Order: sequence, then C-alpha cells, then structure tokens
Amino acid sequence: MARLALLLRLARRSVLRNRRRTLIILVAISVALWAMIFFAALTRGWENDVVHNAIFTLTGHLQVHAPGYRDDPSVDHSMKPPNATVAQLLAGTEVAAWGTRVRVPAVVMSEHDTAGVTLVGIDPAAERGLSFIADAVHTGRYLDSPDDRGILIGRALADRLGTGVGKRVVVMSQAADHSVADRGFRVVGLFEGDREATEMAYVFVGRRTAMTMLKLGSRVSELAVMLRDRRQLPAFLARLRTAASGLDVQPWTTLEPMAQAMVALGQAWIWMFFVVMYVAMAFGLVNTMLMAVMERTREFGMLQALGMRPRLILIQVVFESCFLLAAGAAAGIGLAAGTLSLLHGGINLSILAQGAEMWGMGKVIYPAAAVVDVIGATALVVVLGVFSSLYPAWRAARRVPIEAITRN
Amino acid sequence: MTDIVACHDLSKTYRPDHLAVDALTDIELTIAEGEFASLVGPSGSGKTTLLNLIGGLDTPTAGEVYLRGQRVDTLAPGELADLRLNHVGFVFQAYNLIPVLTARENVELVMELQGLGTADRARLSRDILHEVGLEGLGDRRPAELSGGQQQRVAVARAIVSHPAVVLADEPTANLDSQTASSLLELMRELNQRHGITFIISTHDPMVMEFARRRVMLRDGRIVDDTVAA
Repeated sequence: MARLALLLRLARRSVLRNRRRTLIILVAISVALWAMIFFAALTRGWENDVVHNAIFTLTGHLQVHAPGYRDDPSVDHSMKPPNATVAQLLAGTEVAAWGTRVRVPAVVMSEHDTAGVTLVGIDPAAERGLSFIADAVHTGRYLDSPDDRGILIGRALADRLGTGVGKRVVVMSQAADHSVADRGFRVVGLFEGDREATEMAYVFVGRRTAMTMLKLGSRVSELAVMLRDRRQLPAFLARLRTAASGLDVQPWTTLEPMAQAMVALGQAWIWMFFVVMYVAMAFGLVNTMLMAVMERTREFGMLQALGMRPRLILIQVVFESCFLLAAGAAAGIGLAAGTLSLLHGGINLSILAQGAEMWGMGKVIYPAAAVVDVIGATALVVVLGVFSSLYPAWRAARRVPIEAITRN
Repeated sequence: MTDIVACHDLSKTYRPDHLAVDALTDIELTIAEGEFASLVGPSGSGKTTLLNLIGGLDTPTAGEVYLRGQRVDTLAPGELADLRLNHVGFVFQAYNLIPVLTARENVELVMELQGLGTADRARLSRDILHEVGLEGLGDRRPAELSGGQQQRVAVARAIVSHPAVVLADEPTANLDSQTASSLLELMRELNQRHGITFIISTHDPMVMEFARRRVMLRDGRIVDDTVAA
C-alpha cells in the first residue's frame, strides 16, 4: 500500500508539473471524447429520425397483408378485416394503436396536372398514434370519419397539381372488379410531411369511402399496429403470426429495409468515427507521454538507483496516463452533456433539406446520446489510452539506471 | 573488521566491440565496515565507474563484485534494485532529489519503497532531518532549498534506512567550499555515530583530507591506497 500511495503521489504531481503540456493533452482527450459522444448522439438522432419516419409514415411497428400484396399492392391482394382472434390480440395492453387501411396505387388529377400516388383510405380516429397524418394537417382540416368524402393531399403535391383546399381533384384507380374506379374529391386539407417525398406520395381519404369507390366490400389492404414498446415486437409478432395464419405478417424492419440498413450503417459509422478519433488522440497521448518520459530520464534513473523496480516505474507512468485520461474523459463527457443540453430542441437542417431527405432525415435532427455510446467511447478512450501509454511507460522502465543518470 | 565491499579482478570496458575504452582494469579492492574512504583521481580515472559497479548500477566486463558477501555482478535487474533499496545509499553530484516531492517525502522515498509504515517513516524522517540540520524545512520542495541543503537531504535519504554502504559520487562538486566542508563534516559525523560505511569519489582535496582512507585511481587502475594515521 505504501508503494501504491507513493506511485500515485508521484504520478499525480508529475502530471501537474508541466501544466501547459498537461492542459494541451487534456484538451485533446476531452475534445476527442466530446466529438465521439456528440457524433454518436447526432447519428443516434438521425437513426431515431429514420426509424421514426419509417414507422410513422404509415408502416407502424408491424403490418398484416394478404399474401402477395407486398409485391403487387393492388386491390387483387386485399384481405378480410381482422378476425376475432386477431381482434382479441389487438385489444391487448402492449398495443398502443392499430387500424385497417385501404392502400392502392392511384392517379390524382387536377385541372393542371396529374400525379401517380398511393391512395390511402383511413379510419381518421385510428390513425392517431398510428401514423403521422393525424398531426400533419397544415392547412384545412383532418378527415372526420371513415365515411368522409373529402381528400387530404400533401402540400408539395398540391403545389404540383396547382390545387388547394376547397378545390376538387379526381382520383383514379382500379376497382376490385378490374373496372376503372374514379371519383372526384374536394380537397379538405393539406398535410406537411417530414420529407417532401411523403407529401408527394400519399393522398388520404376515408376508409369506407375508398372501399366503396374500389368496390372492395368489407375487404381492406392492410392492418397496421403500433406497440407501446418496440422491444415487445418479436414476441407480439410471433403471437400475431399464429393468430393471423395464412396472412403475411411482417415487422417494420422487413417492410422498411432501407431504414434498417441505415440504422446498421449508423452503428458502423459511430464505431468507425470512434476508432478514427481514438487513433488521433492516442498519437497525441503517446507523444505527450514520450516527451514527459524523455525529459525525466535522469529522474527515472535515480529512482531505479534508489531501488525502485522497473515495473514500478512502468506503473507510475501508466498512472500518469490514467490521471490524464480520467480528467480528460470527465471534461469530455461534461462538454458533450453541455452541448447536447444546448441542442435539446434539435438542429434545424432545413437548409440541407434535400440532402438530408436522401438520408432519410427530417428537417430537424434531435441528437440523442445513448448510454452505450457514452460508455463505449469513454471505455475506448480510457482503456485503449492506457494501453497506448504502455509504450512510453516501457521506455521509461527499460532504462538502465546508469545510462539514465549519466545522460546529459 | 568485516569487509562490506570486495572487488576482485574487476574490469570495465566501454564499447568493447569497437573503439574500446578501458575504464577500469584489474581492480582489487576491499572496504571494511564503518570505513570512510575516498576514491580520488583525475577526471576519467574510473572513480564513478567503480562506484557504479559497487552499487550495482552497472555491470563489469570482467571480475567480481561483492557487497556484504553477496555477489552483485551476476544479479538480475530486479534483484539489483532490491539490493540497492536495502543495502546501498546513493548521493549523486547533482539532480539528487525528486523535484515533485518535498524534502521529507524525498527522505521517506526509500522507506516507502521498503514498505515501512507511515508512523515509522514520519518518525525516522523527522529525526534524520533534524540530524542533518534541516529541521523545519521538511515541507519544502527541492527548488526551494539551496544546493547544500539539497545535498543534506540526499545524505539524509541515503542513510535513513541504515544501508550497508553509502556511495557518494562527487557530492561536493557543485557546492561552495564552506557548504562542502559542512556537508563533509556531516557525513563524517554520521559515519562515526552510525557506523555507516561511506565511499566517496572526488577530486576535491578537501574531501581527501576528511577521508581516513584514500584510494587513488589513474587510467582505470589503483595506483595508491593509503590509510591516514
């Protein structure tokens, strides 16, 4: 214990000996860790945004379709509404929201232009908490009921069609009997999506209105389910697959493979960035420790002459690195916490909207620090930092005392 | 008296492969317990090399070194460290103290490495600092002490754990004559009071006067070994 206390005292005071150098390496360590945590939080925020957009842009946590619908989302692949067993499952506590929809390809026409869209027939009340649409109405009103005769279109689509609230558009699709189904709708509201692509892709009408227009009877295109906790998805999915046998039950990860791929890409980015930052920091740390060791060659030689074993000198230098790393890590975490706190309201990316949209991002990104990233980055910096300091420590310890003492 | 140090056929050659320099050649030397001996000679005569070999800081090219009957030149680095820790005290010409430790902590350094308890260390360091005339200066860092005071701290550190031998390499070289005389007086007193063996390398005539035994080296060989009456 006496030796340990001595080594700790020597290490602590040696670190404070050259305050400017210590400050520089502390800044390097803390900035590296800050950058790692901040970048990870940005990436997590982006991941969350991608997943949120994927889930709330009509996907939900899981969906049920008729077999073949995902390859050909037409009226030919419609299905009956949920049976009693499925309905009982949907009434469970783990389900936050669910709803059935009619969802088919269609064409929307105004007096100025035509656009290919997806016609979505919804139960307006059921969509609250299930998708973005209930909270996305920018101008006009939301749909009242499944029998609402109005249509909600995206703001960008309205611009393209040269239409607006109160004007009429015609929607054309294929009916269940393979006849052309067309109907005029009055635009009752314009919605604003996180991405312009969403505003261009969907038009919303009442579900029963759509079923009538498409001659679907009681059949629907899909059942979407939102769970209270995403972690319950695997278990719920298994139960629903059993209950809805013969139907295609898929989680959002399958339905939105791009989003899932981006999440995986985000994870890889985080660790690649961590490694790059660590390497940059490690060079600084090793350089600093080498300088500190070289200029104290005689001191280490004298300590050996007095009877300090080489391994104790190695431990002393490693302790010095530990002090630097611990202080730098604390400062880095504090800095990151402060930065993330300041950006709690999100970072507005409107200026980069088009580029951000390509990466599945919305207009605002909310940095989200994950405990695993903070621990991972700190562990990487501290553990591998200590590992990096072994070289200068070894250099200090391997000095033959007489060479060290007689060195000018 | 028991021999504390014994060197037999001791030789040291630097750069033996090319441009060889014979620092020591065929040294035969014994130092008895409690002696106050000086190694004298001009620069390059081999004084420091001999001290380093005796203290296990360096290894000989040929010959044997014994300290308290234990052969030194065949020990592994870790064993040499233990030997120095427990049986040898060093006083160097300069840069004797650890700058980040106070005078008291410098004195306690060896005892801490030996694993001595806090109370014992405090008592022994207090006593020894008093003995070398540095009472009240224990909390000062080396930079806050004069050269003579620093050397006194080094002497205190060297003798505090009662080593078999104290090896002092030109301890007065950086001191003015009055401070040097005071330091030598102190070392002689400690030698007489505690019976600790001192071997001091020097080319300072004042040191030669203080030492009862004078071993003269020239070109790596002992050319004279006299004991004052």
